[in-house]
Amino acid sequence: MTMTPDAPQLGQARLRKEDARLITGQTTWTDNIQQVGTLHVAFLRSPFAHARITNVDVSAAREQPGVVAAFTGADFAGEQGSLPCAWPVTDDIVVPDHPPMAVEEVRYVGEAVACVVARDAYAAADALEAIEVDFDPMPVVLDMEEAVAEGADLVHASAGTNKSFTWPFSAGDVEGAFSGADVVVTRRYRQQRLIPAAMEPRAVVCRPDGDAFTLWSATQIPHVLRVMLAMTTGIPEHKLRVIAPDVGGGFGSKLQVTAEEVLALLLAKRLGKPVKWTESRSEGFQTTHHGRDQIQDVSIAADSDGRIRGLKVDLLADMGAYLMLVTPGVPILGAFMFPAIYKMDAYSFSCTGVFTTKTPTDAYRGAGRPEATYAIERIMTELAHELNMDPMELRRRNWIAREEFPYTTIAGLTYDSGDYEAATDRAMELFGYDGLRAEQRARRDRGDTVQLGIGISTFTEMCGLAPSRVLGSLSYGAGGWEHASVRMLPTGKVEVVTGSTPHGQGHETAWSQIVADRLGVPFEDVQVLHGDTQVAPKGMDTYGSRSLVVGGTAVVEACDRVVDKARRIAAHMLEAAEGDMEFSGGAFTVRGTSQPAATIQEVALAAFAAHSLPDGVEPSLDADSTFDPENFSYPHGTHLCAVEVDTATGAVRIRSYVAVDDVGAVVNPLIVEGQVHGGLAQGIAQALYEEAVHDADGNLVTSTMADYLLPSAADLPDFTTDRTETPATTNPLGVKGVGEAGTIASTPAVVNAVVDALRPFGVHDVRMPCTPERVWRALSEAGSGGGAVAGSPTSLPADSRASAPPGASAYDEDEGGAQ
Amino acid sequence: MPHIRVTVDGVRYDDQVEARQLLTHYLRERLGKVGTPIGCDTSNCGACTVLMDGLSAKSCSVLAAQADGHDVTTVEGLASDGEWHPVQRSFHENHALQCGYCTPGMIIATIDLLRENPDPSDEEIREGLEGNLCRCTGYANIVRAVRDAAAQMRASGTAPRFVSEPGTGVPRQAAGEGEPLRPAARGGAA
Repeated sequence: MTMTPDAPQLGQARLRKEDARLITGQTTWTDNIQQVGTLHVAFLRSPFAHARITNVDVSAAREQPGVVAAFTGADFAGEQGSLPCAWPVTDDIVVPDHPPMAVEEVRYVGEAVACVVARDAYAAADALEAIEVDFDPMPVVLDMEEAVAEGADLVHASAGTNKSFTWPFSAGDVEGAFSGADVVVTRRYRQQRLIPAAMEPRAVVCRPDGDAFTLWSATQIPHVLRVMLAMTTGIPEHKLRVIAPDVGGGFGSKLQVTAEEVLALLLAKRLGKPVKWTESRSEGFQTTHHGRDQIQDVSIAADSDGRIRGLKVDLLADMGAYLMLVTPGVPILGAFMFPAIYKMDAYSFSCTGVFTTKTPTDAYRGAGRPEATYAIERIMTELAHELNMDPMELRRRNWIAREEFPYTTIAGLTYDSGDYEAATDRAMELFGYDGLRAEQRARRDRGDTVQLGIGISTFTEMCGLAPSRVLGSLSYGAGGWEHASVRMLPTGKVEVVTGSTPHGQGHETAWSQIVADRLGVPFEDVQVLHGDTQVAPKGMDTYGSRSLVVGGTAVVEACDRVVDKARRIAAHMLEAAEGDMEFSGGAFTVRGTSQPAATIQEVALAAFAAHSLPDGVEPSLDADSTFDPENFSYPHGTHLCAVEVDTATGAVRIRSYVAVDDVGAVVNPLIVEGQVHGGLAQGIAQALYEEAVHDADGNLVTSTMADYLLPSAADLPDFTTDRTETPATTNPLGVKGVGEAGTIASTPAVVNAVVDALRPFGVHDVRMPCTPERVWRALSEAGSGGGAVAGSPTSLPADSRASAPPGASAYDEDEGGAQ
Repeated sequence: MPHIRVTVDGVRYDDQVEARQLLTHYLRERLGKVGTPIGCDTSNCGACTVLMDGLSAKSCSVLAAQADGHDVTTVEGLASDGEWHPVQRSFHENHALQCGYCTPGMIIATIDLLRENPDPSDEEIREGLEGNLCRCTGYANIVRAVRDAAAQMRASGTAPRFVSEPGTGVPRQAAGEGEPLRPAARGGAA
């Protein structure tokens, strides 16, 4: 008899199946893959942010020890194609040609202009020095506002403009909402440029197999990559096998079709040998796509009692030098999220995508939705301040009440379920809101150097990407479905094939739990297969918190089809009518009898032997499903942050952080909690630490992990996390997705807290990241009565180079304390 | 080319190495010890951390030649008799890893941290692991795992198995299994 599990697997904190290989070092990172005769590739990269290439000579490099070949962009001009942009958001969008290796012009520092192929990586790197390149420098374009001004220097001269597109949206009577409102608050927020920085650098290995190719890549998207490589290079899709082996994090940075992947394929083809390239960290920081980078002009109109009338959003979004896979779509994903959990009469949105001579931007954890959530949660807090209202009270007055679901927002999304009251009540309780407010008053009253601030973020997001027809209506180039196969092996063990290729999310464990429950087989009897287009031939991969919602549902449907097929054979085995079969705990029984049962694992053996199957029944229980969701899913939550800000030094310390998330039903609470923790860390990092900085020539100044401040364990607090559970109504598991929630929620919670601490000093904004210097300057400028942040809500704060360093003149505590 | 004699995960190797070859590349490319990954080129991330004579070292910041006469333990050498090291077990049980790329270095750094301080506070753990970056976990479960491993190791009296006799390069666990390596000058590696 089968070992029927005692309890349902769903909801259990099962330890991860993935861990065994990861904690013992038995991993297959792409850089671990060794093919006999492998050649190593190194790229010569542009030291200029914008220049014409007048000459490239690789002949001397070819003579270097160990070098097998060296190529220029011109050598590939006929076959390298243009790197794909799959999301041309408007009909008239400017999509510039994007050769994987530059031929005539370079448009950001780090763009590849030549390459060396050698017997080992050291020799390849050495030989780069023998390449001669002549560049004719051209004007750099670094500032988005200058880029869209009349007469600006152009990134792409042939386009005649630095504007890629303008994407508008409007609903309701916006002008009426604003003209009739009691209060209008207008702010400018700056989403700094971020570097995703997955711990595993990008790497690619490509091996020719006759007229076919196997390509291993540290990618989130082996399936999308395969299609795009075929379309870009003209190598037929059925001759390409793409494998994403163990992948060490992505956060969107590996949701890309990169120059190096295309060139590795072309080099393997040309040389007839396996080739390999692994980025160095600084190379990756310069060339792997960046995230965020928007200027957000936001206005909100409300009645004196706090009721929101309307919202206007105007964005400039930095595309960087080229449009990559989903670059233009990132801010558009945010377009629908600015109204967030709030009811309002009118909403308008406009986004202009701008070219600059910087590394292209693209998806980074949350992709558009963190930016939107930041802006709305910040400006709601400012509105509360203007109305002299508690910021949570303002939110309560405007959010969608639990009895109003399903609710169609002003942006046109239908939120299927939610309970903002429950999540908020739980968060307030865990946080000790009233006690912290009392302490804040006491510190303010006594003019404490260290002030306390409380920040709120009541966020939601749209994820579970995505209904294919909606993606189509937004001009996205592909669908949003996901595929799964369930294969019953003769011994009753189960192989589950998922198209949603993970890179740290724990699919092997979570999918096993789903299958164990659905088929009634032991958790240990399930093996999850993924990441190889020959093993998992169909898929849309992992991003946008979609895997469980879309891919998990495909697994459920495939399991149900297996059970249906098994039912017919079981009925035959038990000599009963199919309609009398009951299936529970992995076993079929005849209703109302005490006949012995047939387990599904026994049926699998019977199907394999195929000696006695009913007429017309195939000897297989295997089944597939390709699931296309009808709606997005809408996780939500309430995050509360308390910070201590030292007004003398500007240092910010997170004192406590409470996150109560509602991600619907939960398959594995351990994995969910881990995802929330990691998301919080990345959101907090945007608020306090991280920023990609360029100098006046367009060089990335923060090009190493010493300069770009990824937080360490010592920089982050412990988190208090809890959940409320309002199941999604749009999928059979009731799940909503959790991969991005923490990141989306936490950034505004932290900045709201920092600003809250400084409010008595006349500070109403601090530009991210809220470093000690920025905080100190905001205080200093507000204290002197005229800081750009405090005085002018529509302009950016002065940049850090404008005045003396912190400590040059101490903040005047008396002046601040008196306000 | 320098000639080195080095013990890695209990096995002795005699090799000619390029003078400039990094220990991490020697481990990965010559010995196939790919369980030790490389995360950066500035010694900031700690993914490539190994033990040298029982002390943690970032193998991207040590030349292979400097490992001459020393005893190196990588994540692949931690388990014994099929049993995971308590720190490995604790990382698994506390869900202290997601993508797992930082994990080998994080586990090794933890072993060295607990050697120095068998009962660290949360703050001491956070400061002790400052040289090892993780992008997935937010460190919360890593701190939990280290605390848990410390408690387990204290309770079971787990000896610090990976400390060598200073300067000899002879790991205690390997003593008697072969000829001692000749003493070598420490390369300032650890």
